[in-house]
Amino acid sequence: MRTQPPSLLSLAVDASVLHLSHFSDLSPLPDHILLDLFLKRTLRAGKLNEKILKLFLATGKEEVLSLIQTLNIQHILTPVLPTKSPKMSVVNNIEDGEIDIVIGALHSDLRPFMSAWKSIFSRYHLIIVKDPDLKDDLQIPEGLSFKIDIYTKSHIDKVVGSSTSIAFSGYSCKYFGFLVSRKKYVVSIDDDCVPAKDADSFLIDPVAQHLRNLATPATPFFFNTLYDPYRNGADFVRGYPFSLRSGVTCALSCGLWLNLADLDAPTQALKPEKRNSRYVDAVMTIPARVMMPISGINIAFNRELVGPALCPALRLTGEGKVRWETMEDIWSGMCVKVVCDHLGLGVKSGLPYVWRNDRGDAIESLKKEWEGVKLMEEVVPWFQSMVLSRTATTTEDCVAEMAKRVKEQLGGSDPGFGRAAEAMMDWVELWKKVGSGPSPV
Amino acid sequence: MVEPATDTKSAVRTVALLKDELDIVIPTIRNLDFLEMWRPFFEPYHLIIVQDGDPTKTIKVPDGFDYELYNRNDINKILGPKASCISFKDSACRCFGYMVSKKKYIFTIDDDCFVAKDPSGKAINALEQHIKNLLCPSTPFFFNTLYDPFREGADFVRGYPFSLREGVPTAVSHGLWLNIPDYDAPTQLVKPLERNTRYVDAVMTIPKGTLFPMCGMNLAFHRELIGPAMYFGLMGDGQPIGRYDDMWAGWCIKVICDHLGLGVKTGLPYIYHSKASNPFVNLRKEYKGIFWQEEIIPFFQAVSLPKDCTTVQKCYIELAKMVKDKLGKIDPYFDKLADAMVTWIDAWDELNPTGAANKGKKA
Repeated sequence: MRTQPPSLLSLAVDASVLHLSHFSDLSPLPDHILLDLFLKRTLRAGKLNEKILKLFLATGKEEVLSLIQTLNIQHILTPVLPTKSPKMSVVNNIEDGEIDIVIGALHSDLRPFMSAWKSIFSRYHLIIVKDPDLKDDLQIPEGLSFKIDIYTKSHIDKVVGSSTSIAFSGYSCKYFGFLVSRKKYVVSIDDDCVPAKDADSFLIDPVAQHLRNLATPATPFFFNTLYDPYRNGADFVRGYPFSLRSGVTCALSCGLWLNLADLDAPTQALKPEKRNSRYVDAVMTIPARVMMPISGINIAFNRELVGPALCPALRLTGEGKVRWETMEDIWSGMCVKVVCDHLGLGVKSGLPYVWRNDRGDAIESLKKEWEGVKLMEEVVPWFQSMVLSRTATTTEDCVAEMAKRVKEQLGGSDPGFGRAAEAMMDWVELWKKVGSGPSPV
Repeated sequence: MVEPATDTKSAVRTVALLKDELDIVIPTIRNLDFLEMWRPFFEPYHLIIVQDGDPTKTIKVPDGFDYELYNRNDINKILGPKASCISFKDSACRCFGYMVSKKKYIFTIDDDCFVAKDPSGKAINALEQHIKNLLCPSTPFFFNTLYDPFREGADFVRGYPFSLREGVPTAVSHGLWLNIPDYDAPTQLVKPLERNTRYVDAVMTIPKGTLFPMCGMNLAFHRELIGPAMYFGLMGDGQPIGRYDDMWAGWCIKVICDHLGLGVKTGLPYIYHSKASNPFVNLRKEYKGIFWQEEIIPFFQAVSLPKDCTTVQKCYIELAKMVKDKLGKIDPYFDKLADAMVTWIDAWDELNPTGAANKGKKA
């Protein structure tokens, strides 16, 4: 039996389904055609969408509306997504946007490092500075939701030029990151460190702890035997003067290291198996006028307050690519401590810990001419006796004055000190030129 | 929640270090039942009990302990008129025990301090840790970021000058407290429920030139090196101030240790402090101290002892002069205190006449 050919109406309705989105008003259509259009054609053809549904609703025809209700066709409610609000650190009102994480890349393959730190670093802006001596290209994992700026030799050359005595090679490369950062707080961790784990095997977030340290006052004028009085569950003890309980601003936070502690080469060579497994659950303020070896492996600082004081100045002639062959951070740290003591700022030490991977050979490092050890003998008493003049009221002034004294008083005993003095003076100039204002890179 | 070690009977009795060279000084007005918990650790040692308060009351000491006990009558008999320097109705009287001891080291503990547990649940032998602290050098001239470098598992960090790694003799070992922390009255009133549950696994040297609040609850010291400076002042009955005895001693010993090149350590060991004293009573006692310490601290921070003060006694007498001179104007109490400091030294020398005065040299 021959099928009936489609009627003209049928063809017209079919055609209209195809062009339904171009219609602005369906109300002129007779009810039965409207229903037909809706039920048999639009729905069956799977062409119902939000816009078309609105079209049909707009007709106001009762039967269409009751059909929609019976079939339980509903609008897709688009949830109103909140605008991306600045994520606040859990404590003390430091916004993520105020922080830069600066990493000095002494290894080209940063993939294991970045993977290890992904969950902790991903909310912050990262500055990676590649050691200018590193030949291979940096390898960063793909598809990470990091905000990273990578600076290499060419950036350093462009910004710093050749007019400076500062060498940004090796561990000193990270200072370039400090220089070009425009954030209030900087956290810096060596590229051979990964997050440590707490007793429940959760990753310890050193950034959060550093920020807590920097955001709470330091108490350098009197020692609190229960350590940091601003920590939960602690306070000032009996006998602590009340006038000293408001503390001072903390400018520098020095963290520690599990596994491979920051020991010098002779010590590590003597005890090659020695690893640090003791987690000391304390943060404390280093008292005023007390010097200490500040390690650059795991630190954070308030760049606005002490940025210029962290200077890449002291380079050993045999300086290498392992911490056992450097002293730049120890020197820089003592400069910062003197500046903080002079300006009434605080330095904290203790938590957070990072896990430092085994790297290098202490005995090999020992074979090199170990000048660092010799230099420290002179350096420590000299820094301890340093009293800056009253006229030095800014960090830059303090560093400039220290540089002058280094040249005058230490320059004679070792050329390394003379070079350090030059580097410090260059650093102050560099900081004044490109340490603030629009980014030079 | 921290808890004290309740069954210490099974605690390992290690070799009692310095058994014949150390006295344990305990001030008390009640009983000494708490010693039962400490038995495995204290039994090998000689105790000096200083009974404060009513001398007619009998203090019961658990069996098996070797002790000598002194009450107020004994103190008066032994010291005669010099007894005026020993506080009455205050635990400051404990310093009498330091004076009459013939041993090289002293450990003093309050009678509401019990054995604490470390994070692994093991009972802490506080005395053993204090002895370790005292027998190892201190490092006051440069701060070591890994804390006490002489502890097992620790060391000096990179950058620490080798010439400073020998350290200096340790004169004082200041321990800490879990559970009830040593807060002053205002802090106690604001935070009556705060408990110290944080076990900080560190011992460290307090740097030279830095003062600290020394608590006498859990303290050990090298009597021959610093004993005469451990005077706990005039407190309690008839005095305008209380609860500053150990603080006063702490400021004095630190200044003298800094001058003589001796070390003071703080940190481990922890004891479990069980009793919170009444904060209102404490406030009345401390009240004046809270104001006075604002002037006392700068005074001590500015103290510079002359080079010819080469012994502890000389330093202390000099300090007494400075107290009279500079602090006398705050309150007549300080005049009295300065005099008492001199009396104390006289009494000390009288009871400890072995020729040479205590020198601040290597033990």
